[in-house]
Amino acid sequence: MSKITIPLGPQHPALKEPENFMLVLEGEQIENATINLGYNHRGMEKAAEERTFIQNMYLLERVCGICSHSHTTCYVTNVEEAAKAEVPERALAIRVLVGELERVHSHLLWLGVAAYEIGFETLFMYTWRDREQVLDCLELLSGNRVHYSINTIGGVRRDITPEQKNEVLKRINFLEERTKYYIKVATEEPTVRARAANVGKLPYEVALERGAVGPTARASGVKRDVRKDAPYLLYDKLDFNLITHDSCDVFGRVVVRALELMESYKLIKQVLNYLPEGPLTVKVPPRIAPAEVVNLYEAPRGEDIHYLKTNGTDKPERLKVRAPTLANLQSVTYMLEGGWLADVPLVIAAIDPCMSCTDRAMVYDRKTDKTQVYDWEDLRRLGIEAYKRKGVDFSKF
Amino acid sequence: MKTIDKLILWSRLKSPWILHFNSGACNGCDIEIVDALTPKYDIERFGIVLKSTPRHADVLVVSGPVTLQQVPRLKRIYEQMPEPKFVLAIGACGCSGGVFNGCYSVVPGGLDQVLPVSAYIPGCPVRPEAIIDGVVKLLSSLEN
Repeated sequence: MSKITIPLGPQHPALKEPENFMLVLEGEQIENATINLGYNHRGMEKAAEERTFIQNMYLLERVCGICSHSHTTCYVTNVEEAAKAEVPERALAIRVLVGELERVHSHLLWLGVAAYEIGFETLFMYTWRDREQVLDCLELLSGNRVHYSINTIGGVRRDITPEQKNEVLKRINFLEERTKYYIKVATEEPTVRARAANVGKLPYEVALERGAVGPTARASGVKRDVRKDAPYLLYDKLDFNLITHDSCDVFGRVVVRALELMESYKLIKQVLNYLPEGPLTVKVPPRIAPAEVVNLYEAPRGEDIHYLKTNGTDKPERLKVRAPTLANLQSVTYMLEGGWLADVPLVIAAIDPCMSCTDRAMVYDRKTDKTQVYDWEDLRRLGIEAYKRKGVDFSKF
Repeated sequence: MKTIDKLILWSRLKSPWILHFNSGACNGCDIEIVDALTPKYDIERFGIVLKSTPRHADVLVVSGPVTLQQVPRLKRIYEQMPEPKFVLAIGACGCSGGVFNGCYSVVPGGLDQVLPVSAYIPGCPVRPEAIIDGVVKLLSSLEN
């Protein structure tokens, strides 16, 4: 049988965002999959260099509309670290609260999208209806449904009143009941099991090798969560479990996300009852002395990395964002290959791709005017050499 | 107006099928568009159905600034739609480029530099109420 190459995207009903997959088919089975990115590339990192630190906060919020708080928190932490500012604990608590509410909204959204890809539209409508409760909470706390802008450099913009706290708790209790029902549906409903089990397999070793992050990695049994591994904000003081699943397929990813919802509710309640008294912001000077900072943040989709280089002015010298989807895309090709064409939308949806986060990067050499792709060996060698120049020699170990 | 024209206009107004296209948005507007279709706002009660192919669609809903890589695809999708067709520019980015205006990989000045736009719905991101309002206004303008 002759092989057929079919393009999937950039406009495709299964994809809510522009990306392109070239699938080489042998009959109904996928032999090879290639991902083409860049349809969503807007050039934000360059734009960030021309804006002040405070303007950049609003720009970076628009890296992604779903995990907007993740990106600003990571960026703001970088700026505060570079400026050596001590952020009040109340502000940190409010950041955790909004971050967890965001995770709830993102996971519920994903659960709906996954249900839609399975063909289970009732569950899609249910989860999106309940998701409105979280959005109402976020609107109550920050004044906006999607781009919350709760962060500011040195703290947060808005306080939480006792009435707001009660209102949020009420809605979270409602959601907790609903989520128990979703967990029951996701784990016991035979159609979901039949459709999601053994689809998009990603074994533990491959997940490690390809650097999967977030729920995708955790569903392959990899215990990886920035909130546990390198606690930021207040996560070292809060009690929550790291959810993993060892089925290594789409079913596992559904279960991990559904159970993480419960952990998020637990965290939201803890933070609301903790909320230390104190100021909301500290003053941070507009110009920041030269420094280089890297920070990690566990976004709903996985590990989000921000790098910031300051040069003494009120604008960053360089800003780099590594969004979680970029790390997970390497695993997608593995999951697709050998699978069936009909499973493609589900497998792609299962990593919860966020192309607006991902499409910002390209390796470009200004001296030779060339675009270059580095392989693993090159990167490793470059890393070792760069550290040798700094006086750290790993070859001795 | 002949009876057959009245019938065509009536059916057109009662079932505008939409195609959603993300031309480089941050996702904020896209999730609000899907939100407008789900139970709380339920835009489907106006006969609006989200279609998956441009050949079935009457209204092209475009969110986000138009990235350079998307321009040829966007034009092709617009050409594939049957007449009469309408374009909705969703969000501040669709209307004017928004925060991304001036980025090197974005068409300067919003969606109307690429396609003829029938209605602009501003907001960053647009609220589902605003989308419903915009759609209803577009439909009632067709009535006259």
